[in-house]
Amino acid sequence: MMAEPPVLSVRNLRVEFPTRRGTLLAVDDISFDIAAGEVLGIVGESGAGKSLTGSAIIGLLEPPGRVAGGEIRLGGRRIDNLSREAMRPIRGKRIGMVFQDPLTSLNPLYRVGDQIIETIRTHLPLGEREARARAIELLTEVGIQGAERRIDAYPHEFSGGMRQRVVLALALCAEPELIIADEPTTALDVSIQAQIIQLLKRLCRERGTAVMLITHDMGVIAETANRVAVMYAGRIVEIGPVREVIQSAHHPYTRGLMGSIPSLEGTSDRLTQIPGSMPRLTAIPKGCAFNPRCPLAFDRCRVERPDLMAVDHSLAACWLVAREGAEAPR
Amino acid sequence: MLAFTIRRLLEAAVVMLTVALLAFVLFRFVGDPINQMVGQDTSIAEREELRQRLGLNDPVLVQFGRFIWNAARYDFGISYQVKRPVTSLIAERFPATFELALTAALFAVLLGIPMGVYTGIHRDSWLSKLFLSVSLVGISLPTFLIGILLIYVFAVQLGVLPSFGRGEVVRIGGWTTGLLTASGLKALILPAITLGLFQMTLVTRLVRSQMLEVLRTDYIKFARARGLSDRAVNFGHALKNTLIPVITIIGLQLGAIIAFAIITETVFQWPGMGLMFIQAVQNADIPVMSAYLLLVAFLFVLINLIVDLLYVWIDPRVRIYGREA
Ligand SMILES: Nc1ncnc2c1ncn2[C@@H]1O[C@H](COP(=O)(O)OP(=O)(O)O)[C@@H](O)[C@H]1O
Ligand code: SF4
Ligand SMILES: [Mg+2]
Repeated sequence: MMAEPPVLSVRNLRVEFPTRRGTLLAVDDISFDIAAGEVLGIVGESGAGKSLTGSAIIGLLEPPGRVAGGEIRLGGRRIDNLSREAMRPIRGKRIGMVFQDPLTSLNPLYRVGDQIIETIRTHLPLGEREARARAIELLTEVGIQGAERRIDAYPHEFSGGMRQRVVLALALCAEPELIIADEPTTALDVSIQAQIIQLLKRLCRERGTAVMLITHDMGVIAETANRVAVMYAGRIVEIGPVREVIQSAHHPYTRGLMGSIPSLEGTSDRLTQIPGSMPRLTAIPKGCAFNPRCPLAFDRCRVERPDLMAVDHSLAACWLVAREGAEAPR
Repeated sequence: MLAFTIRRLLEAAVVMLTVALLAFVLFRFVGDPINQMVGQDTSIAEREELRQRLGLNDPVLVQFGRFIWNAARYDFGISYQVKRPVTSLIAERFPATFELALTAALFAVLLGIPMGVYTGIHRDSWLSKLFLSVSLVGISLPTFLIGILLIYVFAVQLGVLPSFGRGEVVRIGGWTTGLLTASGLKALILPAITLGLFQMTLVTRLVRSQMLEVLRTDYIKFARARGLSDRAVNFGHALKNTLIPVITIIGLQLGAIIAFAIITETVFQWPGMGLMFIQAVQNADIPVMSAYLLLVAFLFVLINLIVDLLYVWIDPRVRIYGREA
């Protein structure tokens, strides 16, 4: 059977920021695919380039940031070289976006219904009344009770969790094939995070939507993702099936991140932190970018940069993989 | 909402009383009005009789009470100088100032907002840079200098616009308007620009900085991510949020325009209330002065009130707090 092209395919993507002191490479040569109905988790410490990757895909990099190389394909068709005007109908229609903070994602001066209806009518040939009916349906579907009434409320009349549900409804209102969720629960109460994640998971499964789930919460990843990409200093250092990455990570950085999942019983809240911090873009170390913090670093790590190498069902960018006699680098 | 309005009204009343007290106290020390009203040869007895008739011999508190009572009924007494009711003087002068201030405000808002929006959206275009340089001039030059410069260029050198007066006016009921004749409209141009230029640049810069700030917010990024058109994002989502703080400033500036009309009216010999006030000061015409002060204060307070209510109407978040209050 001939495989469908993946919903999203990113190849050798580079994002750079020209600055007075030279060009910063914030996303450095990353590649990944997401199939329909699949959830790809993107994890990594703050500043790793996760959000920029999302912004680049949806074509909303803030200047002077720009895509400096590589390809982004949606359903097999390139979208990274589209004009502003050609890209606009794709946003919201084919790619939905959910941001971190539901408190600031909605325009405070417009009723939530008006914001949903406006989005629906931008993308679908519906009249005001049909769009309103659809908006009520969507709100009901994301779990807002009394949607016929609540549709006329303003954002500040909703709690944080409810607002994130509204944001989900907005992202889903034109049935996009891809959802990019950038830390959708980070700003929420812990008790509500699980509900929102469950909702996102259910909605996307029902629709067969591909999801790019950016988070630095490994617990969320463990529960939600099919595959995980781990980012460090603008590069993917490990990517593979969620089981394998969580239970037998190949990259020391990934293992460090896994150590920071709180234990299930919650008896121990001690997080194994990786000592040190991620390098700034202006000072990325020679060799493996992780080497100053890596407990297993050896000579080669300080001079030569490892590329992703196949190991088991994953790819990992670590010289240990090569040393342990895994398959040849690719 | 009702409680909010009532509270604002009470606050307004307190402000007006304070201004009335100020006006009353201040002008008691400006000089002896009797000296201004009578000639050298008036006898002491006649002066005393006039003083008695004007109530200037009553206890201060009684005089103040009478002042408030009369002012509340829109009666500011008789002008010492021209011996006519102050209210009828004001009625004659008010239309000129009102039309000037309104034109200046429209000039400031109708030009300032689009320029602010444009320079906010197209940050780096050469036109934006031109607007901003020009607005720097408007902010830094004093009003009278701008007036004199405009007169020099357009009245003296080019001879296309008049340098003083209102031109021909038309009387409609008790109102005289310069808006219906060509010469009246022409006469309005230079004074209105002079009076409104500062506010225009202020509005431009304010709208621009607000616009820049709003365009950086998450909900604008989210609006773009939803695929809304640039027009819907810039003029729907961004502009409305931009205008909230701008409305306050515009309201306050409207008061400032009326107050600063004094300078412009003097430069252009514009027969409005400002000019009337200057003449009243020169002649220690206390009733006219205090009436002017009260009236300007009243307009300030009224505009503030309107701005507050407008704010509540536009911003649903304030609407809630207003309801709770
Ligand atoms: N406008 C900008 N100019 C320069 N560097 C930027 C800019 N925006 C982001 N960066 C840099 O890009 C890197 C990645 O940012 P981001 O994608 O937001 O990280 P995260 O993984 O936390 O989402 C950060 O190190 C940040 O400093
Ligand atoms: S390449 Fe070396 S420094 Fe980098 S993660 Fe592997 S062992 Fe550590
Ligand atoms: Mg981020």
